[in-house]
Amino acid sequence: MLDTRLPEQWVKPYGDTLDDGRMQVSFTLPVALDETSKEGAKRLAALMGLEEPAVVHAEDMGQGFSFYIVYGQCKHRVDLSSLQVAKPDYEVLDKTGVDALIQRAMGRRMVVIGACIETDAHTVGIDAIMNMKGFNGHKGLESYHQIRAINLGAQVDSEDLVARAIEEQADVILVSQVVTQKNIHLDNLTKLGDLLEAEGLRDKVILVVGGPRISHELAKELGYDAGFGSKTYAEDVASFAIHEWIHRKAA
Amino acid sequence: MSQLHLDPAQIERARESARRIARQVFDQMSPYTTTTVERATLRLLGIDGVDTNDVPLPNRVISHLQEQGILQHGAATMVAAAMNERGCSAQQVAQAVADGALTLGRAKDEAAARRSAQALAEAACQRIAAQRALREERIKTLGEGPTPWLYLIVATGNIHEDVIQARAAAEQGADIIAVIRSTGQSLLDYVPFGATTEGFGGTYATQENFRLMRAALDEVGAKVGRYIRLTNYCSGLCMPEIAAMGAMERLDVMLNDSMYGIIFRDINMQRTFIDQFFSRMVNAFAGVIINTGEDNYLTTADAYEAAHTVLASQLINEQFAVLSGLTPDQMGLGHAFEIHPELENGFLWELAHAQLARQVFPDATLKYMPPTKHMTGNIFKGQVQNTLFNVVSSVTQQNIHLLGMMTEAIHTPFIQDRFLAIQNARYVFGTMKDLHSEIEFKRGGQIEQRAQAVLLDAEQMLATIEAIGLPAAISQAMFAEIARTPSGGKGLDGVIEKSDDYYNPFLSLMLAGGASHA
Repeated sequence: MLDTRLPEQWVKPYGDTLDDGRMQVSFTLPVALDETSKEGAKRLAALMGLEEPAVVHAEDMGQGFSFYIVYGQCKHRVDLSSLQVAKPDYEVLDKTGVDALIQRAMGRRMVVIGACIETDAHTVGIDAIMNMKGFNGHKGLESYHQIRAINLGAQVDSEDLVARAIEEQADVILVSQVVTQKNIHLDNLTKLGDLLEAEGLRDKVILVVGGPRISHELAKELGYDAGFGSKTYAEDVASFAIHEWIHRKAA
Repeated sequence: MSQLHLDPAQIERARESARRIARQVFDQMSPYTTTTVERATLRLLGIDGVDTNDVPLPNRVISHLQEQGILQHGAATMVAAAMNERGCSAQQVAQAVADGALTLGRAKDEAAARRSAQALAEAACQRIAAQRALREERIKTLGEGPTPWLYLIVATGNIHEDVIQARAAAEQGADIIAVIRSTGQSLLDYVPFGATTEGFGGTYATQENFRLMRAALDEVGAKVGRYIRLTNYCSGLCMPEIAAMGAMERLDVMLNDSMYGIIFRDINMQRTFIDQFFSRMVNAFAGVIINTGEDNYLTTADAYEAAHTVLASQLINEQFAVLSGLTPDQMGLGHAFEIHPELENGFLWELAHAQLARQVFPDATLKYMPPTKHMTGNIFKGQVQNTLFNVVSSVTQQNIHLLGMMTEAIHTPFIQDRFLAIQNARYVFGTMKDLHSEIEFKRGGQIEQRAQAVLLDAEQMLATIEAIGLPAAISQAMFAEIARTPSGGKGLDGVIEKSDDYYNPFLSLMLAGGASHA
């Protein structure tokens, strides 16, 4: 039998020589700076897996806090060939390509409804994906001829979002979660998922979440169809949406 | 720095347009009050606390008056009448209403009730004036940091943790501490009560939290030998109440924009225009510096293309502020360093805009905001972006400098993020201290031409807004590319047409006795 395993690919941080493991960390300790605290910083770095740790900078910050920058040699390594990473499986098209595919496959405009849900007031992400102007020269979904993009903006209750999705016969629901303090985004996203289930809508819509702390893996865990982190543009989301739509139609 | 060559007549034309725009809105809104204006009035008269369901007593009393159909006469006289009849305090009246033991009605002796309300209001004004005098005295004895003042944010969600971080920040060099509010508070139609330890992305603004932070900053200020200013958010559905609480607890700076809530929180336009007037009047009287939110336009619109909307909005905010009695030194007009880092000569355009703001508002306490939109997870690049921002602030002599965080795109700041930000700013402000007086802008050069172009666009935009009116301009998404309609948004149900005999003792007391009598 043929061995189909990938060749092993072990890596560790690179400073100026292969496998030297050189790297830096910086952190604060909740104690005033003295020789003991510096030694403590060094020991902590050692426990993190940094060999020969050196505290290259230490400074008292007042009020019983101190700041450290530590260099060391990472003793760990990982085999990239053994890793399996969840990522959306589709081809990213440009705006024209997306429009053409929607027209061919759906024969009508795709309806995408977007919002920052619950208490989240940060629209930077949803605006970058949905608004005409887009971000970094990548036009937003509003500019796609074959997409009807409805951006509900900030602090939209999940109930309102679902009601509007029904009213507009949305194909795709796009939610943004920027604030993640105390994992509030997990509660919000779970609530929306549950509501869609309760309304019998979950299988009818393509449910996508985006945000700086969102990964595709996390999204899948929460029962979403896809998750997008930073460095995502409208064409990434649109490409996923139409491929998912086609995939579902075929199934 | 030698000045950019700008046409003073053109600036005056733009300012005159803004004056008429603000006046028109003011005249249209004068016949109305709101539930939160009335609640703020009751707070100033001494009503505080919550019922057994944690509903604030000011809300209970105002809802009660609404149910009776008599709120349009103004809450102050009816509460004062009940006090006279029962021989008790405003707080006791509120408690009795909440307990269902008292039904409020019109005063039997309206003149006597007004006299009582007036006397209570005068006492409230005296307490606020005393806080203002205390601030001025402390600044005189302790001193204050040189401008640009370093403005830092704490946002742990727990007021006690905020206090620890704020004290550390002050020791490290912060001049102003802002306690970010819990996300979502702007849409609450009441102000939470008591010290709070749970919030998301920030800490609830409550009167007790104000008091705790004020005490901590007074203490650390005495230790470091300079007065530390305290900032909170006088925005959202309870602007007037937050202003009242801040005035009583000696807050020094309040985010208080005339249009921010409409555009970015979808709060009803009429509600906001009425509330911003009352809240600014309270802020004016209390000696608070307001901060406007033009920087936010640039997080949705492009900073290069939409620069003129910032200037136009600053001029409108200035004129609304004048109507509420704020003096130029109380006007923290906002703008931001948000041009895309990849744009060639972007630094020149940032410099042009900051200097333009400085010259159009020579006496204002300008608030300059750091890069946020184009910050990435690359903290090392972020530190450089913030350094360039610090340079512009120093060279154009901004007044309030919100420190940029290299972890802006990642998380609410860690203690070391603030520490490194302060170091960065102090380094730049020190090493470039007198650069502004040593260099000149090239006459007719790119920077000057850019400033002139932004000014021209702002003048034309204001002329357009004046022709159609501000509500229509906002409906057409002229600011931040977001459209809002006069009857849309949250909070319209709290807008109430005043009756002919409407009375509120604070309107005359505060407008007459603000800055001009200080």
